[in-house]
Amino acid sequence: MDITIVTIFVLAVFVGFEIITKVPPTLHTPLMSGSNAISGIAIIGALLATKGTEIGMWLGFVAVIFAMVNVVGGFLVTDRMLKMFKRK
Amino acid sequence: MELYVNIAYLISSVCFIYGLKMLSHPKTARNGNMIASLGMLLAILATTVPDALSGNSLLNFRMIFIAMILGSILGGFFAFKVEMTQMPQLVAIFNGFGGGASAFVAAEAFGVLDSTFFVVSVVLSLVVGTLTLTGSFIAFGKLQGIVTTKPVTFPGQQIINGILAITVLFSAYMIPNYGINSFYIIVVISALLGILLVIPIGGADMPVVISLLNSYSGIAAAMTGFVLYGSGDETKAAGSALIICGSLVGASGMILTQIMCKGMNRSLTNVIFGAVGSDGSAESDSDGKQLNIKSYSTEEAAMIFDAAEKIIVVPGYGLAVAQAQHAIREVAEFLEGKGKNVLYAIHPVAGRMPGHMNVLLAEANISYEQLKDLDEINPEFEDCDVALVLGANDVVNPAARSDQSSPIYGMPILNVDKAKTVMVNKRSMNAGFAGIQNQLFGYDNTIMIFGDAKDMLTQLLNDLKEL
Repeated sequence: MDITIVTIFVLAVFVGFEIITKVPPTLHTPLMSGSNAISGIAIIGALLATKGTEIGMWLGFVAVIFAMVNVVGGFLVTDRMLKMFKRK
Repeated sequence: MELYVNIAYLISSVCFIYGLKMLSHPKTARNGNMIASLGMLLAILATTVPDALSGNSLLNFRMIFIAMILGSILGGFFAFKVEMTQMPQLVAIFNGFGGGASAFVAAEAFGVLDSTFFVVSVVLSLVVGTLTLTGSFIAFGKLQGIVTTKPVTFPGQQIINGILAITVLFSAYMIPNYGINSFYIIVVISALLGILLVIPIGGADMPVVISLLNSYSGIAAAMTGFVLYGSGDETKAAGSALIICGSLVGASGMILTQIMCKGMNRSLTNVIFGAVGSDGSAESDSDGKQLNIKSYSTEEAAMIFDAAEKIIVVPGYGLAVAQAQHAIREVAEFLEGKGKNVLYAIHPVAGRMPGHMNVLLAEANISYEQLKDLDEINPEFEDCDVALVLGANDVVNPAARSDQSSPIYGMPILNVDKAKTVMVNKRSMNAGFAGIQNQLFGYDNTIMIFGDAKDMLTQLLNDLKEL
C-alpha cells in the first residue's frame, strides 16, 4: 500500500492545527468563511469528473456549480468582512 | 508538462497555508485571503489549461463554462447580499455546497472500484459529503427560522441513528455484490443521517453545529482527495492538493468546534446527543430568591458614566437584534472624547457563530483593538468603573462560577460583577437562553436600565451631551 499520501494527510492535519490555533478569536468568522472557500478545492475533482461518461459529466457539472459557489462566495464574503476590520 | 502541473498544485497548496497563516492578524488578513484566492485560481488553471492545450481535450469545457458562470453568480449574489447578522446562515449553506461538491465527485468515481483503499475513500467521501449537505441545510433552516429551533427528539433516536450507520457500513461492504444498489443505499441513508443528526440540536447550540459541519466539509474534501489520488497517476497531484486543503479546513472546523464547546462548558457528545432544553432539567432554580432590582433612568446612568474612567461594554446577541451596534459606537466615541477608556468584552459565544460579535461590531466601525476576548478582559474588570451589559445574560451570570446546581455551572463567564458598577440593559426581566434567572441583576453594585438597546443608547447619548 502507498503510504505517501497518508503521510501527506497526517502532516497537513498538523500544519492545519498549528496555523489555525494562531488565528485570534476576532477573526474566527472570516476564518470560517475563508476556509469554506478553501474547501471549494473540490472543484479540481469536479472539473476532472466532466471527463467521464455521460452520467459522470452531469455529476461533474453539478459539482462544479457547488464548488464554485463556495469558492467565489467564500472568498468574496471573507474579503467583505475583513475590509471592515479597522483600527482607529 | 505534468511536472509543471504538479508544481502548480504545490504552489497553490502553499498559497492556502500561507493565506491562512496571514489570518493571524487583522492587518494582514485581507491580503492572506487574496493569496488564498490566487492559490485557488492557480489550481483551477492547472487543472484546465494543460487539457485545453493538449489538442485532444477530454474536459467538457462547454459544461464547465456554464457551471462556473452559474456558481459564480450564485456565490457572488450570496456574498454581496448577506447581512452580517445572517453570516451563520451563509456559512451553513456554503458548508453544504462544499460537502455536496465532494459527494458528487465521489459519486462519479463510484463506477470504477478496484482496491479496498479506493473503495474506502469513495464511501467515506460520499457519506461525509452527503450528510454535510443535508445537515447543513437543516442547520440553515434552523438559523433562518424555517425549521423549528427547538430540539426535535423522539424515542429510540440514537438507536435509529446507530442502525442507519451500520446499514451504511454493511452496504459498503456489500459493494462487490450489490454494485450500484449499494451506492443508492449509502447516499440515501447518509442524507437521512445528516438530517437526523442536526434536527435534535437546539438553536442555542447552532454555533457548535456550524463549526462541526465546517470541519466535515473539509474532511469530505480530503476524502475526495484520496479518491482522486487513487484514480490514476495523472490525478495524484490534484488529489494531494485536495487532501492538504481539506485537512486544513477540517482542522480549522475542529478547533472552532472545541472553542465553542468550551465557551458553553459542554462536551461535543453532549451537544450532539444531549438535546438540551427538551427534558426541562433546568427547572431546578425555581427556589430563586426574590431579586432586589434597582431600575435607573438613562439620565442617572449618564451621571455615573461622567464620573467613570474605565468602561467595559459587554455586547450580547440582543444588541445585534436591536441593531444597536452603531448606537453603542456613538456613545463610546463620545465617552472616549472625554478621555475615558472604553473596551469591549467579547464572550466566545456572544454571537451565533465563532467570532460573530466581532464582525458585527467591526461593521459598526468599532476598532478591532478595542475588542477583547474572555481571557484578556477578565482581569480588567477589577479596576473597571462601569461594566455596561447590553443584551447579554447567561455569559455574565455569576452562578456559573459559584452555584453548582445551576445548569450553566462551570461555563466560563465575563466577570462583570467585579466592576464598581454594573449596568444591565434588558428589554424585560425574561430569563436567558438557558432559562435561568440571573442573580447578578439583584447585586448591590448592579443597576438595571430597561428598554430597547438602541433607544436606550440614543437617549443615553443625549443625556451625556446635556451634562
